[in-house]
Amino acid sequence: MDLGYWLPLFFAGAMGLALLIYVILDGYDLGIGILLPFANDDEKDVMVAAIGPFWDANETWIVLGVGILLIAFPQAHSIVLTSLYLPVTLMLMGLILRGVAFDFRVKAGDKHKAKWNRLFAFGSLAASLCQGWMLGAFVTGLTGDATSTLFAALIALALPALYIMLGAAWLLIKTEGELFNKAVRWGRMAVLPMGGFLLLISIATPLVSSTIADKWFTLPNAIGLMPIPIATALAYAGLIWVFNSKQILHNGYGWLAFVALMVLCVLASIGLAYSLFPDIVLGQISIWEAASATESLLFTFWGAIIALPMILGYTIFIYRVFRGKATHLSYE
Amino acid sequence: MEFDPFLLARLQFAANISFHILFPTITIGLCWVLFYFRLRYTFSGDKAWEYAYFFWVKIFALSFALGVVSGITMSFQFGTNWPGFMERAGNIAGPLLGYEVLTAFFLEASFLGIMLFGKDRVSNRTHLIATALVAVGTSFSAFWILSLNSWMQTPTGYRIEDGVFFVESWWEVIFNPSFPYRFAHMFTASLLTAAFLIMGISAWRAMRGVDGPATWKVMRTGALMAAVLAPLQVFIGDLHGLNTLEHQPAKIAAMEGVWETEKGAPLTLFGFPDEEEKTTHMAIKVPNLASLILTHEWEGEVLGLNEFEGESPPVAPVFWAFRVMVGIGMLMVLTGWWSAWRLFRNRDENRETQTWLLRALSVMTFSGWIAVLAGWYVTEIGRQPWVVDGLLRTADVVADHSSATVAGTLFGYVLLYLFLLVSYIATLRYMATKPARSLTLTPQQRAMNDAETAEGEA
Repeated sequence: MDLGYWLPLFFAGAMGLALLIYVILDGYDLGIGILLPFANDDEKDVMVAAIGPFWDANETWIVLGVGILLIAFPQAHSIVLTSLYLPVTLMLMGLILRGVAFDFRVKAGDKHKAKWNRLFAFGSLAASLCQGWMLGAFVTGLTGDATSTLFAALIALALPALYIMLGAAWLLIKTEGELFNKAVRWGRMAVLPMGGFLLLISIATPLVSSTIADKWFTLPNAIGLMPIPIATALAYAGLIWVFNSKQILHNGYGWLAFVALMVLCVLASIGLAYSLFPDIVLGQISIWEAASATESLLFTFWGAIIALPMILGYTIFIYRVFRGKATHLSYE
Repeated sequence: MEFDPFLLARLQFAANISFHILFPTITIGLCWVLFYFRLRYTFSGDKAWEYAYFFWVKIFALSFALGVVSGITMSFQFGTNWPGFMERAGNIAGPLLGYEVLTAFFLEASFLGIMLFGKDRVSNRTHLIATALVAVGTSFSAFWILSLNSWMQTPTGYRIEDGVFFVESWWEVIFNPSFPYRFAHMFTASLLTAAFLIMGISAWRAMRGVDGPATWKVMRTGALMAAVLAPLQVFIGDLHGLNTLEHQPAKIAAMEGVWETEKGAPLTLFGFPDEEEKTTHMAIKVPNLASLILTHEWEGEVLGLNEFEGESPPVAPVFWAFRVMVGIGMLMVLTGWWSAWRLFRNRDENRETQTWLLRALSVMTFSGWIAVLAGWYVTEIGRQPWVVDGLLRTADVVADHSSATVAGTLFGYVLLYLFLLVSYIATLRYMATKPARSLTLTPQQRAMNDAETAEGEA
C-alpha cells in the first residue's frame, strides 16, 4: 500500500470531518450567542445553561481542524492562514470575547452581567461572520479579487444564518415553555433567509470558479451529483415542516429540526469536498503537494486512530450525561 | 519611528503567549489542588473540603476559559505570523501539536463540563474521575507543548534536507536534552503559582472576615506546597541552568552578563548591561561565584558573549528577566517557610495575630505569574536570534505582512488583553468577597433565598 498516497487522503478526510463537526457543534452555541439579545434575562440564563457543559469541547474541534491542516499540510496551512490574516484575527478576538464572557457573566457580579451578555452576543456574531468570510475566501482559492470578495461577503452572511438555525434547533431540544416558543419563532424567521443564502451560494459558486463549474456540470459526473441537490432540497423542506408543525414540535420531536440541519451540513460539506478535491487550496496546491513527510504523517496517524474513537466516545458520554432539558446551571 | 514588521510580529507573538501562559500556569497546578480537595472530601466527609472545591472550581473555570480562548489564538499564530516555521519544521512541530490536541485538549474540555456542572448528574466516583481526567489533560498538554518548545531549544533526532526538517527518531525529538528539565521546572512553577494564588486569595478573604469554613485549610495546603516546592524549584532551576550551559552557552552568558570568556568568573548580582560598550555598568560582583555556580569549580571557565558574535541574544532583557525570576523565587522560598511555620504552629486561625502574614500573602497572590513570565522571557529571548537553536533563524520564518497590518492587530490584541486582565483580576476580587454558594445563583434565586432567610428570622 502506498502510504504517500493514502495518508494525505486520510488526513484530508479527518480535517474535513473535524471542521464539519465544528460547524454543527460550535454552530449551535455560536447561534445561541447571536440569539441571546432577543431573550429576557431569565431566558438568557437558560440559553447559556443549554450550551454550558458543551461549548468548550465544541470549540476544540476547530483547533483539531486547523491542527490537522498544520500537521498534515504545513504548506497549505501557511498559504491559508497568511491570506486570511485579517478575518482570522477578528474571528479569534470574537471567540476570545464570547468564550470569556460565558464565565464572566455569572462571576463578575450582577452589575456587569448585561455588559458581558452583550459581549457574548457580539463576539458570537463577529466570530460567525469571520468564519463565513474565511470559508468564502477559501472556496474561491484565496484569490482576493473583486468577485471573490463579493462571494466571501455572501457566505459571511450565510453562515451566521445557519448558526442561528442550529441554535434555534438546539433550543428546541434543550428548553421548554416560553423560551421554546421563542426558539420556534426565531427558527421560522431565520429559515427562509438561510435557504435563500444557500440557493444564492449554489448559484454563485460555479459562476465565481470555473474550476468548480467544470466539476459540477460535466457529464457523467453531473448526473452522479444529482442526489446532492435533491437531498438538500428534501432536508430543507423537512426543516421548514418541522418548524411549522405543532404536532411535531409539541410531541417532543423538535430534535428532528437539528437532524435536518445536520443533514444539510453533511451534504454541503460533501459538495464542498467534491468541488475542491484533489486541491487543498483550489487551483494552487493539491493535498499531496502540501502534505508533510510520510513518516511524520504515519506517527500522527497512529495517535489519531487511537485517540479519535476515544474522543468520540467520551463526547457521546458527555452528551448523555447532560441530556434532557437545560435548567439553571449550578456548580454545586 | 519606523517599526519593522519582524519586530512587530515578535512583539505580537510575545503579547499573545505572555497573556496565554498566565492561565495554563494557574490551571495546570490548580487542577491537581482541586483533585486533592475533592479526595480529601471523599475520604474525610468534611464539608469544608467540599466548600473549598466549589469555591476554587469557579476560579478554575474562569482561568480555564481564558486559557482556552487565548490558546486557540496561539494555534493560529503559527500560521498567520510564522508560516516559515511550519514549512521548515512542520514535520516535527506538527505531530507534537497534533498529539497535544488529540490527547489533551479534548480530554480536558470534555470532562470539564462534568467537573463543573455534573455533580448531580453523575456518581461521586465519576465526578472524582472527571476531575482527575481534567488534571491529567492539562498536564498532558504541558507535556507536549514543552516537548516542542524544548526541541526548539535543544534540537535532536532530526535530519535536514533542502532546509526542511525530517524526523530521525521520535524518541529523541520528544525527550530532547532540555525537555525533562523544562517540564519539571514549568510543572513545579505551575504548582507554585497555584499555591501562592490560593494562599493569597484565602489570606485576602481572612483579612476581610469573609472567610468560609475552608479558608484556613486552603491556606495551609498552599503553605505546605510552597514550603516544599519553592526550595525544590531552586534545585530544579539550578539543574536546568546547567543543562542550558551545556547546550545554549550564549543564553547563559546573557543571563549572567559575561561579556568575555574568563576563568573564575564573578557573579554579577546587579548592574546595567550595555551592549554597545560590551560592559555592565555599576555592576555589583561576587568574585568567582559564577564559575562556582555554573561549573561547580572555583576556577571554572565560563564562555562569554564574545564567543557568539552575531548569534547571541539581546543581553539586557535576558539579564533583567533572570534576576526578576530568581528574586521572586527566593521570596517564595522565604514566604513558603514563614507561612508554613506560622500556619501549622498551633494552627493559629486568628486574623488579628496573623496580620503580617496575611498581608504578605495577599501581596504575593500573583507572584507566580511574574516569575513565570520572567522565566519564559529568559528562555525565549535567550534563544534569539534562533527559532530552532543554531539551525533556523527567527527572521527567516516570519510572514510577509505590512507593518500597518501587524501593528493594527497587535494594538487590538493588546487592548483586548488589558481589558481581560483587568476584568479577570477584578472578578477574582469580587468572588473573593462573596461566600461561595451565592456565586452561581441567579438574581431570582438569590431573591428567593433572601426571602426565605427573612421568613426564618421573622
